[in-house]
Amino acid sequence: MNINRRHLMILLPAAAVAWKHVLAGTPEDSPNYQMSEHWWGMLIDIPKCIGCGNCVRACQTENDVPDGFFRTWVEQYHRSDYHLETPEVISPDGGKEGFPVVKEGEEGKFFFVPKMCNHCTDSPCTQVCPVGATFITPDGVVLIDPKYCLGCGYCVQACPYGCRYIHPEKKVADKCTLCYHRITKGLTTACCEACPTGARQLADLKNPNDPIHEFLKTHTVQVLKPQMATGAKAFYNGLDGSVR
Amino acid sequence: MSGVEGYMYPNEVTLYWSVLIVLYPFITGLVAGAFILASLERVFRVEAVKPTYRLALLTALAFLLVAPLPLILHLGHPFRSPEMYFTPHSTSAMAMFGYVYMWYLMAVLVFEIWLDYRREIVLWSQQSKGLMRTIYKIMALGSSNIGERSLHIDDKVGWIVTLIGIPSAFLLHGYVGFIFGSLKANPWWSSPLMPVVFIFSAMVSGIAAVMLLYMAVTKLRKQAIDMRCVDTIAMYMFYIFIIDFSLEMLDLVHRVYEADESFRTLNFMVHTKLYFSQIVLQIFVGTLVPLILLFITQMVKLPEIARKRIYVLSGSLILISVFAMRWNVVIGGQLFSKSFIGYTTYKMALVTREGLLVAIGLTILPLFFLWALVKLLPPWPDKDLHEAAAGD
Amino acid sequence: MSGLKDAGHLFRFAGLFVLAFLVFLVVRAYVVPKSFGEYGHYRGAAIGEIAAHPVKFAGRQTCETCHTDIADIKAKGAHAHVNCEACHGALAAHADDPMSVTPVKPDSAVLCARCHTASAAKPASFPQVDPAEHSGGAPCVTCHNPHSPIIGSDFTANAAKGGAK
Repeated sequence: MNINRRHLMILLPAAAVAWKHVLAGTPEDSPNYQMSEHWWGMLIDIPKCIGCGNCVRACQTENDVPDGFFRTWVEQYHRSDYHLETPEVISPDGGKEGFPVVKEGEEGKFFFVPKMCNHCTDSPCTQVCPVGATFITPDGVVLIDPKYCLGCGYCVQACPYGCRYIHPEKKVADKCTLCYHRITKGLTTACCEACPTGARQLADLKNPNDPIHEFLKTHTVQVLKPQMATGAKAFYNGLDGSVR
Repeated sequence: MSGVEGYMYPNEVTLYWSVLIVLYPFITGLVAGAFILASLERVFRVEAVKPTYRLALLTALAFLLVAPLPLILHLGHPFRSPEMYFTPHSTSAMAMFGYVYMWYLMAVLVFEIWLDYRREIVLWSQQSKGLMRTIYKIMALGSSNIGERSLHIDDKVGWIVTLIGIPSAFLLHGYVGFIFGSLKANPWWSSPLMPVVFIFSAMVSGIAAVMLLYMAVTKLRKQAIDMRCVDTIAMYMFYIFIIDFSLEMLDLVHRVYEADESFRTLNFMVHTKLYFSQIVLQIFVGTLVPLILLFITQMVKLPEIARKRIYVLSGSLILISVFAMRWNVVIGGQLFSKSFIGYTTYKMALVTREGLLVAIGLTILPLFFLWALVKLLPPWPDKDLHEAAAGD
Repeated sequence: MSGLKDAGHLFRFAGLFVLAFLVFLVVRAYVVPKSFGEYGHYRGAAIGEIAAHPVKFAGRQTCETCHTDIADIKAKGAHAHVNCEACHGALAAHADDPMSVTPVKPDSAVLCARCHTASAAKPASFPQVDPAEHSGGAPCVTCHNPHSPIIGSDFTANAAKGGAK
């Protein structure tokens, strides 16, 4: 324990500057961020997910997600050997408090699948918005303008993945922002920050040094519902065919 | 979570489109249908339906005035709805609504009604008193030219407007079908047949509504119902309903035969949650019964009183059927999970902004509008006016 | 000429249309937000507004700026890849004002069990135990240092157990 040393550290200019940058309110305060230099996505490594629910809680904390609605959630799949196409899926309270224990020796395969907005390149939700209240940013994040949204719910219907909801108090569409307020300041998303196993990794496809490139080269990666042709950017490693 | 069977994505448990969104295509459908009936006389020269021409136009206008209300009321932020006009998103089917609606309201309906009534409006503006006189004066737009040439021009222009109005009516309602039919995420909706089915069911419901209104209004005025007119309307209703039913069955058969990844889910839903509203109400009670009844009227020469009763019964059942069809589309499309392994339940609220009471109010409201329109612009020949005009 | 005159009322009707359209254009120019269309068919300023949302998770780098001692221990242990706030929760408020906002130490019985309770749904390679059977009710930190949990690793359980006190 070296509390004195720690306090001293806080007063050091370098630490103070770094933190100030994180706290910066607007992009103008983070002048190093250029939208044109990024193209954001997410890597979800299913074999690493332990279903702890850390991501769901972290997202709720970071983004004030209302109870009963989810910007990210975790599903537990049970894919029986006899019904490959009709898995049993549970997600109690979005998996926020984890899952009931599955006993050793149960028939079939059990695994966890974290879900979130896929930040689709050709997103059906932004296509149908009647007023331009939801859109994809130049850096590839699908956002909602809460000051412009009518709350018509058309985008909610158009999302094939069930990622959107109407915020019960704000009465506007709401969903994952890929923690846009964090990634534009050099931080990772709250879910990635809180994930203990690295099952979720923020990916910048325009950054040649991002480990995503090596990962995509060496793994078999799939997106959810590829038949929807949405250009989804949440890449799943080890995705079972029964996942929908 | 209560009301959920199987697995719903957690955000899907709530239904985001309520009974008001059921009402919206139902009401716009009545508008389109009523207008098509009016155009039968005007463009296709079906003289027999002439007694309903003006009533059909006023009915279309009354319902059109109410049509956007359920949409606006269901919005999270109703006061932001003008954004649809200011910044319409070109790739959104819904953004078109504002413009198609305005076009249909102003350039088609109001214009056609104004042209058709202009002679009377001018005469009323000269002969009525007080507030009504002012209203008619404003409506005449300060022009009292009702010479023969002028009325002839009105007639020609009115014909063109009706001609444009037919595709506009199709556009207005076909596009409502497109709103649902174009969503690839939802297999219950996603179908190129959706706009076509919407148009034909709209025509049937609008024709049925005008027929019932005509019979009711004539009864209230203690006049004789023009049976030639009602028989003709019923005949058109019957044939269009056959087309509508065939298209819906085509859609159904296609889904059953293709049996794609969503079939198991949708099939289960139709046999459980939608059994009453789809199989019982929409198909049996609302479609097969009136089709058989109308078929009988076409085949057998029935006495007048029997025909009247059959028409009233069939017309009412058709309205129920088309409403059930809208319900099954809008609510049904949200009852199953897009994961195809679960179902939720729609709990209709009673007194909220999107509740049952508002829905009932919005269904009745057009009738009040129609009453006011009929007072302002009586759709039947005004005997006093003719005499007065002759005395001028 | 007389044809035009007889159609005069039509021009009045059309005039109303044109007038309404002009009013619409004026209102539109006034109402549409300035930044609309800056990047696409949406309010450009919305991007900045969303980016201004306050940060709640400070991020590992921020934690390690000060807590270098813990960072050193962690770097050599089995939890090296686990970020600080995965266990300690969102602590941007603490990073912002370390003197007055002091984090609560997590309850290891709940915290450790959340990840390490055995379940056949978890990947087999992930270390899992039946907590009741494994420790007999004793707190996990009795034997394990959460920052370097493998017993017998360089740092003993009590030497650097826990983070801030």
